[in-house]
Amino acid sequence: MSESPALYLPTDWRDFVSLTKPRVMSLVIFTGLCGLLAAPGYIHPLVGFVAVLCIAMGAGGAAALNQWWEADIDAGMKRTAGRPIPGGRMRRTDARDFGIALSVASVGLMGVAVSWLAAAILAVSIVYYAVVYTIWLKPRTPQNIVIGGGAGAFPPMIGWIAVTHDITLMPVLLFAIIFFWTPPHFWALALFVQTDYAKVGIPMMPVVKGEASTRRQIIAYAVLLLPIAAAPWFIGGTGAVYGAVAMLLSLAFIALSVPVALRRAGPGDAMKPEKRLFAFSVLYLFALFAALVADRAIYGQGVFA
Amino acid sequence: MTPEEETEFKRRRKSRNVVLAAVLVFFVLLFYALTFVQMGR
Repeated sequence: MSESPALYLPTDWRDFVSLTKPRVMSLVIFTGLCGLLAAPGYIHPLVGFVAVLCIAMGAGGAAALNQWWEADIDAGMKRTAGRPIPGGRMRRTDARDFGIALSVASVGLMGVAVSWLAAAILAVSIVYYAVVYTIWLKPRTPQNIVIGGGAGAFPPMIGWIAVTHDITLMPVLLFAIIFFWTPPHFWALALFVQTDYAKVGIPMMPVVKGEASTRRQIIAYAVLLLPIAAAPWFIGGTGAVYGAVAMLLSLAFIALSVPVALRRAGPGDAMKPEKRLFAFSVLYLFALFAALVADRAIYGQGVFA
Repeated sequence: MTPEEETEFKRRRKSRNVVLAAVLVFFVLLFYALTFVQMGR
């Protein structure tokens, strides 16, 4: 038989799991859980678990829809060519149906078990990622990552609202932190994989505006991130533990962005500063949100009181 | 379909069924527990 095995063999269940982008999901679960733990108020542990499960399911559904839509693009890039659809292990329509089912189930469960406000924001985040970002703006504008950052910024906001059932300044600030963190995080990656994006015609910033402009924008976002990351402390939403960690981490982020901003890569460049910044950016987000929860545990539950 | 492919077909179908059953049991237990939590709210 000459056609792809996806047409006559059932897809392995592991391929459905990989369709949900488990590595991205780990960051989503972590930030969602931190938003939930840092929020003032009480949530039953089982309801809290369901809230995080729904955030993860929603992210998985959106990731599946993203891969359904971008299968042709993924096939042209080394990093993504082995994914289930371009790898010929899954029918495209199966990915679409799986993505829709997961998304609808996550929103429904969130509404029934946790809160309909959190469910509504989860629905907005899925549509934002799968439609506004993936289908509409990613192939059209080099600002795609800035816009896509919004999708990744929802989880801590949803986690927070699952506890408080209210939208206040704090969850909006948590959203803003990830929103401003995403461009320097992703552009650092795009600088060292830019040949792939150029090949499939995705207008990534380094491809469209050039390397020099991307490097300048990385440092601009890194500088903007400092006051935004420290804002929860400035407005009195957190204690000094979070404030100190946020300042230190953000200063380190700026310090690692400076060499990226000031240099130009030559042919065969190892791109070490860019890789270092990318690796640190992941650590930055984990550490910042861990500090948020630690701060709440220390001040909110009376360890220092 | 070759005999090897048929064996693979059956293996994948079985493992998918097992995983789906596990997911269903998980959600049954989750909704059971959630019902009690919601009644206590």
